[in-house]
Amino acid sequence: MRIVVDLNKCQGYAQCAFLAPDVFTMHGEEALLYDPRAADEHRDAVARAAAACPVQAITVEGLHQGAPAEPEQVLTGAPWEPRDGR
Amino acid sequence: MAADYVDWLRREGRIVIVGASLAGLRAAETLREEGFTGSLTLIGDEPYEPYDRPPLSKSVLLGKASPEHTELPRRRELDAEWRLGVPAAGLDLTGKRVLLADGEEVDYDRLLIATGVRARPWPVPEEAELDGVFVLRTRDDATALTEKLRAGARRVVVIGAGFAGSEVASACREMGLEVTVAERAGAPLVGALGGVIGAVAAELHLENGVDLRTRVTVTALEGDAMGRVRAVHLSDESVVEADVVVVSLGSMRNTEWLSGSGLGAGPRGIASDAGCRAFDFRGIVTDDVFVAGDVARSPHALFGYQFLSLEHWGNAVAQAETAAHNMICPASDRRPHMWMPAFWSSQFGVNIKSVGVPPMGDELMIIQGSTAERRFVGVYGFKGRVVAAVTFDNARWLEYCQRQIEQGAPFPVEYPTVDRRPEGRQPVAADFPDPSLPTHGPTVTLSGYSPADRRLVFTPGHH
Ligand SMILES: Cc1cc2nc3c(=O)[nH]c(=O)nc-3n(C[C@H](O)[C@H](O)[C@H](O)COP(=O)(O)OP(=O)(O)OC[C@H]3O[C@@H](n4cnc5c(N)ncnc54)[C@H](O)[C@@H]3O)c2cc1C
Ligand code: SF4
Repeated sequence: MRIVVDLNKCQGYAQCAFLAPDVFTMHGEEALLYDPRAADEHRDAVARAAAACPVQAITVEGLHQGAPAEPEQVLTGAPWEPRDGR
Repeated sequence: MAADYVDWLRREGRIVIVGASLAGLRAAETLREEGFTGSLTLIGDEPYEPYDRPPLSKSVLLGKASPEHTELPRRRELDAEWRLGVPAAGLDLTGKRVLLADGEEVDYDRLLIATGVRARPWPVPEEAELDGVFVLRTRDDATALTEKLRAGARRVVVIGAGFAGSEVASACREMGLEVTVAERAGAPLVGALGGVIGAVAAELHLENGVDLRTRVTVTALEGDAMGRVRAVHLSDESVVEADVVVVSLGSMRNTEWLSGSGLGAGPRGIASDAGCRAFDFRGIVTDDVFVAGDVARSPHALFGYQFLSLEHWGNAVAQAETAAHNMICPASDRRPHMWMPAFWSSQFGVNIKSVGVPPMGDELMIIQGSTAERRFVGVYGFKGRVVAAVTFDNARWLEYCQRQIEQGAPFPVEYPTVDRRPEGRQPVAADFPDPSLPTHGPTVTLSGYSPADRRLVFTPGHH
């Protein structure tokens, strides 16, 4: 799975770090660190984390099992919403 | 007619994107998302598919991610032709052709340039080539640096305390390595955030055990008989032993390949109108050439229509989306790139975020928290207006600050805030260095009011 977090949007609410601690960790009080290439075993946890992020800052590709080489795109974080400029 | 052309372009035109990184990828996705069905080609000199750079100085150095695996997630299928590992070497504006370094040519109907920037190398080539001397911009840089750090490095010297240099210093300290940071200015981050905030950053370095040397320059890198770096010589005549040197002196825009093309491209980037259309060297806007990301500079209505160059992740995404939209829509539907500048950095466990253009501000007020606690909100003012804000571990305030900037809220501010300390009641000088004195590379540059204006109006310079 490929992951990117829009850290301009991220407010450090830490829901992701709670739901998928092997992939997302807080560093200090507010800074988020994550593994942009999470192992497949964390798929469910990452899906929950992406869905739970209150500012929808997490984008994941490859959330669906058995994804093809150019996988079907899985959109979280509603990237097509008009941006709020941040 | 014009509408016919756009219809045709959207259906079967040829769009070429040079620079296959964050801006290039997001633009390609937007083109497809907005219904472009013609041919799409991405040209990139790096042999890798688009990857994310910010983790390279954070998760990767801290061992939480592999330098080889920060590929950006795709938002959709692209159905594009990828030309990776070959640089574009020239542009024929009249013939509408991109010339590749391998001799091939790629024709376009519309072109997007997103060639970004590269790390400014150490200026003395023999010294830059010493084993143990690194820069950090690409995946390959990150692989080489992490290998070296994990292979038992003892003492690291970071040259330049901008965001990237400070992040490297922070990560190396976490790895338990001895770190010296050499900075020409009086404190870290001063080019980006000014001296008041720079002083807070300096304390962070010192508290975390960094040997911070300010107001010094590095005069030479010394190698041993095996060609490995051994020591760093400073302008105060001190010598610091080091087996790893990370050169972090800002960046240079990748515009050389455009020289002689007739485009308004140079060391400050490529100037465009607010709709991302590039200017030619005469200051006349082109119709088929667009720019986005770190290589672009464009006027911003909120900041006096100055041309802003922003080396920010969020800018690359937003500008790519706007450029892509404008490339395939009728003139009446074009949008300006009016993104509010914003960035983040994390170092020494502190989350630093900003909105607006801090170097434009000449005064600063701490409106929440306190600098002594490393938890605060600072607001920058210029000519009676709020123009920027910075937070240390206080990101939740940024949205509010952003609205203040958008509304041109008055400065000094009079917020009825919950955690306002006496120290924040009066504005103080934000204390940016004299722009004519070079410091580490800032990530925001304001450069004049017109694309043809080569005079520097406000550019905290590079080394
Ligand atoms: C270590 C590091 C940490 C960062 N951290 C942060 C952060 O915390 N917050 C933040 O906001 N921003 C951060 N950034 C900045 C952010 O990564 C950039 O703003 C972003 O990458 C810009 O994307 P871009 O596509 O415009 O340019 P780039 O990512 O520079 O991509 C340009 C691409 O074009 C290629 N290219 C150049 N010339 C040619 C040519 N002639 N032909 C073909 N291809 C060419 C380049 O090799 C490159 O692949 C960081 C950057 C680095 C390096
Ligand atoms: S849940 Fe969202 S806002 Fe919270 S830390 Fe994770 S990415 Fe950031």
